[in-house]
Amino acid sequence: MQWLRRILDRWHPLFQKGGQYEKYFVVYEMIDGFLFTPSTVTRSAPHVRDGADLKRVMMYVFVAVTPCIAMAMYNTGHQANLAMAQLGLQAIDGWRGAILGGLGIGYDASSIVACLWHGFLYFFPLYVVTLLAGGLWEVLFAAVRNHEVNEGFLVTSILFVLTLPPDIPLWQVAIGISFGVVLGKEVFGGTGKNFLNPALTGRAFLFFAFPAEMSGDTVWTAVDGFSGATALGVGAIGGLAAMQSAGFTWLDSFLGNVQGSMGETSAMACLLGAVFLVYTRVASWRIMVGVALGMIGTTLLFNMAGSDSNPMVSVPWYWHLVLGGSAFGMVFMATDPVSASMTTVGRWIFGLLIGSMTIMIRVANPAFPEGMMLAILFANIFAPLIDYTVIQANVRKRVLRNI
Amino acid sequence: MELYVNLLIKAVFVENLALAFFLGMCTFLAVSKKIETALGLGIAVVVVQVITVPANNLLYQFLLKDGALAWAGLPEVDLSFLGLICYIGVIAAMVQILEMLLDRFFPALYNALGVFLPLITVNCAILGGTLFMVERDYNFMESTVYGIGSGVGWALAITALAGVREKLKYSDVPEGLQGLGITFITAGLMSLGFMAFSGIQL
Repeated sequence: MQWLRRILDRWHPLFQKGGQYEKYFVVYEMIDGFLFTPSTVTRSAPHVRDGADLKRVMMYVFVAVTPCIAMAMYNTGHQANLAMAQLGLQAIDGWRGAILGGLGIGYDASSIVACLWHGFLYFFPLYVVTLLAGGLWEVLFAAVRNHEVNEGFLVTSILFVLTLPPDIPLWQVAIGISFGVVLGKEVFGGTGKNFLNPALTGRAFLFFAFPAEMSGDTVWTAVDGFSGATALGVGAIGGLAAMQSAGFTWLDSFLGNVQGSMGETSAMACLLGAVFLVYTRVASWRIMVGVALGMIGTTLLFNMAGSDSNPMVSVPWYWHLVLGGSAFGMVFMATDPVSASMTTVGRWIFGLLIGSMTIMIRVANPAFPEGMMLAILFANIFAPLIDYTVIQANVRKRVLRNI
Repeated sequence: MELYVNLLIKAVFVENLALAFFLGMCTFLAVSKKIETALGLGIAVVVVQVITVPANNLLYQFLLKDGALAWAGLPEVDLSFLGLICYIGVIAAMVQILEMLLDRFFPALYNALGVFLPLITVNCAILGGTLFMVERDYNFMESTVYGIGSGVGWALAITALAGVREKLKYSDVPEGLQGLGITFITAGLMSLGFMAFSGIQL
């Protein structure tokens, strides 16, 4: 690594004030900050003596999300290979087919390597486009507004990609991440100053702007002409019985062996991430537990109420927890420290609100089979109000105590 | 009973006056800097809405509607073209009476609401509520429930916006967007969150 440091140090004067490439200092700073721990320290009080700066926190989230990335690649390929076997296809056209054929990998659904490669060829272009399009805006805003490009964007970009269906056109990916980064974050001043989760803002924008590519039965598997609904899509029509007769088992949903957005199918991978995030105290366990309790409580209420016309009402809670984006949203999206509530009690309320809203949308709203994304955005709107109420209640209590 | 509960939920969330129909925007954007004042204005809107929507409903059912004057022996008279001016007159009068009543009997509440009461007269969320009532042909009981629901929904939206704006005080908004510009963007993003309810059939 020494040679890299030497190159960067040699370039440093070029990018400083008065240097030849003064305008591109943010890019230099971004690369330097990404590769090495910055040596700058806070000069004025208060001094926090802790290695956990913003950069490390964001890197921890990235580490926590790796199981989901691995599962996203494997499962995307696995579903595609299964669908090909079902349709009787021997190979696919285009550059993906050329690479898979050229390397002699093949399309065997039972081979982990073949599935990983096939999924990788879908995951990688989406991720590259996200990084390029979002990174362009980040650098532009950083250069014009004289702030640094923040590691927060790394987390935003990977979370955004993982919520996308594999077959989405690349230009839509670019538009989505642009909306999320610019209107969800940068117009408010960058990381830490927004009020909605930027990744989810971009995802929700795509969801409403291009419903044909973001919902329905044909988008979840990366094979043309194959129609495979998500478990929640099936459940919205026929309930638990329909899900089971369509071949969805609880274990498959837990492990992630089902149709869905790339990264969110596997509750197990999210659970691994959750353990890491809670252990390193990056994410709030109160929010996660709150979301889970909210979902369980609301589901039990619906189960008790019962309904003849709506089959989703009777789906039990342990299914809801592994279906769709519940686990992914609970672990990575709801716990975003910027857009969530900040007080201890507020985090419980915030989590409960997300959990119950998710189930409400899934069960009561026929327009959307999945509710996690919109529930989190909805709760983000009320997060400051929740904090305000909690703080005011505390002030009132302390005033009474001292009369 | 279930009909009224459904109507209430629909008016508060699904057809939120501020975030689904973008009514009452001027006060929504202007008086949402602080949570306390936003809450005060919200409560005032609820009170006025609960009074004016049923009052206008009576006016509509017994005077203005096509054939409403049958009780006076004039079944072929249709006065509905007088609707707009009558409704806004009723709203202005109600607000004035409410102001005087509050001043006389509840001075504390009157002082808390202060300038917002007269402001409500020109709030299009109020007139919007009445016009929706006319369009959907609610009866008296339904219009009372709709008045409560639409008022509460608007109050909820403006309080949430005030919460977000208090948080955004710590943001670093670009110069050209400071003030109303970023508030418009905020309101738009909030309505994206409220789209969670769109499509619910009650």
